Amino acid sequence: MEEQAVQEHHTRLSQNSVEKETTTLNLGPTHPATHGVFQNILEMDGERVVKAESTVGYIHRAFEKIAERRPFYQVTPLTDRLNYCSAPINNTGWLMTVEKLLGIHIPKRVDYMRIIIMELARISDHLICNSVVGVDSGAYSGFLYVMQYRELIYEIYEEICGSRLTTNIGRVGGFERNFNETVFRKIDKFLKEYPKVLKEFEKLFNRNRIFIDRTVGCGPISAERALNYGFTGPNLRAAGVDYDVRVAQPYSSYEDITFSVPVGSTGDSYDRFLVRNEEMWQSMSIIRQALDLMKKEPDDIFHADAPHYYLPKKKDVYTKMEQLIWHFKIVMGETDIPPGEVYHSVEGANGELGFYLISDGGRAAYRLHFRRPCFIYYQAYPELIQGALLSDAVICMSSLNLIAGEMDA
Amino acid sequence: MALTNEYIQQRLTEKFGAGLSALEEPYGLLTFTAAKELNLKILQFLFDDEELQFQFLTDLTAVHYPDKKGAELAVVYHLHSLKNNIRLRFKIYTDINDPKVFTATKLYACANWMERETYDFFGVEFVGHPNLKRILNVEEMDYFPLRKEYPLEDQTRIDKDDDMFGRGPDNLIER
Repeated sequence: MEEQAVQEHHTRLSQNSVEKETTTLNLGPTHPATHGVFQNILEMDGERVVKAESTVGYIHRAFEKIAERRPFYQVTPLTDRLNYCSAPINNTGWLMTVEKLLGIHIPKRVDYMRIIIMELARISDHLICNSVVGVDSGAYSGFLYVMQYRELIYEIYEEICGSRLTTNIGRVGGFERNFNETVFRKIDKFLKEYPKVLKEFEKLFNRNRIFIDRTVGCGPISAERALNYGFTGPNLRAAGVDYDVRVAQPYSSYEDITFSVPVGSTGDSYDRFLVRNEEMWQSMSIIRQALDLMKKEPDDIFHADAPHYYLPKKKDVYTKMEQLIWHFKIVMGETDIPPGEVYHSVEGANGELGFYLISDGGRAAYRLHFRRPCFIYYQAYPELIQGALLSDAVICMSSLNLIAGEMDA
Repeated sequence: MALTNEYIQQRLTEKFGAGLSALEEPYGLLTFTAAKELNLKILQFLFDDEELQFQFLTDLTAVHYPDKKGAELAVVYHLHSLKNNIRLRFKIYTDINDPKVFTATKLYACANWMERETYDFFGVEFVGHPNLKRILNVEEMDYFPLRKEYPLEDQTRIDKDDDMFGRGPDNLIER
């Protein structure tokens, strides 16, 4: 009698039974292993994932709608909150979109300043992502080690714009202030200290037997599937496609700089890891080149000549009529924008970050759409982890560099 | 030989002729409008053609133009030919009361969520989509928030209706 009751609730499979029972497992939305607000409803057969369904939108904040009522300079802080691991890239991408629409010519020096902060942001993003892959595969020390150096990058941001995570760096037309001596000193310090650390970080992981066992063949994707799924950035390059917006459609004077685009072959977690590591080396070389190029430009230029959109000096606002008018119009958002339609994309830390901006001649965007790279490639996640172990699914997720803020916009 | 916008335009007009209109190049990006029922045919043609090879769907979204009667919703495709390193953009317009558009999911796996997002915010119904449901908003929502009839801020506020700041009835910021 008792045994029968047990059987009703727990089906006992005989030793060689081919009949399988699956369990539903909720991974997320606030699971510590997902590093962000991601929910996956997994259908598990023991330890293996049979089917996965991703649910997104937990931190959707309607940025596209908000942008329709804000002057352009108030949209920059919204872009901070997309990929908050590399906010300067988002800021600069957005500002360049606006400048393209307005037809503002940007001086070379500003371009190089932007390259420097964007590459610093790329390094800070990649080092977080790669070290988190390490954390998920059981190697915590690498994470703590490089985290110190993200701090150095954040100090550079702080010196440039006053904030650390959500930077709101730059203005339409350039920067709010020039780089001071401390900025250059801190960049030099970073460039001097980080290579040693990165080398050691690579030593810890690249040929580490455990790490290789955990990541090789984990979540692989072919180049063809990756393209079909709209992969961009390091994830696409890990699959063997050498598409990089910085090279394909150079912006912000990237054409003046020599660097190589690392590619992988299998598109698995290990290749993604290696591609990101190599990109950090490339980024450091880019920063060095940009610093050298900057020296050739007049050192007092840090913004374009665009009085309609770039805030005048406070001193002039108090003493000059013209400047007072521009100041008022810019702050109140009373400047009309020429009608137009523009798509501009930059190489974000996790892929092609695009801004599709339509202006109808009013004072705010008529429509603004963000092409958020990880929203697009996250769709492939169920396919990547099908048949994998649960613990591999976790590594696969962190190696994709998914940022919930960007995905949900 | 690098592909030029003129050449792509010529190939497209040869193939689709009257189905295309409003061909322009704002900021150097070839842009055109196509008849609504041609969207899949154009995507397929651009994908398969050996010279053009537009095989990467960069972006898919919609725009709401409440004043264009009978063509209120524009669905915008951004395509990229990675081989030739050239982009193009095309739009199709649809009636807001019958917002049915063919899905691109058969051709592009990435169109799945992009179309769900477009449906979620604009209510464009993608015919043939395998799983057309809301993605970022809650499923119980019964309106499409990015349409222009839903103003962002509380319209009953009077402190914002200030003629002094150029926000009088003649030059309202909201549209």
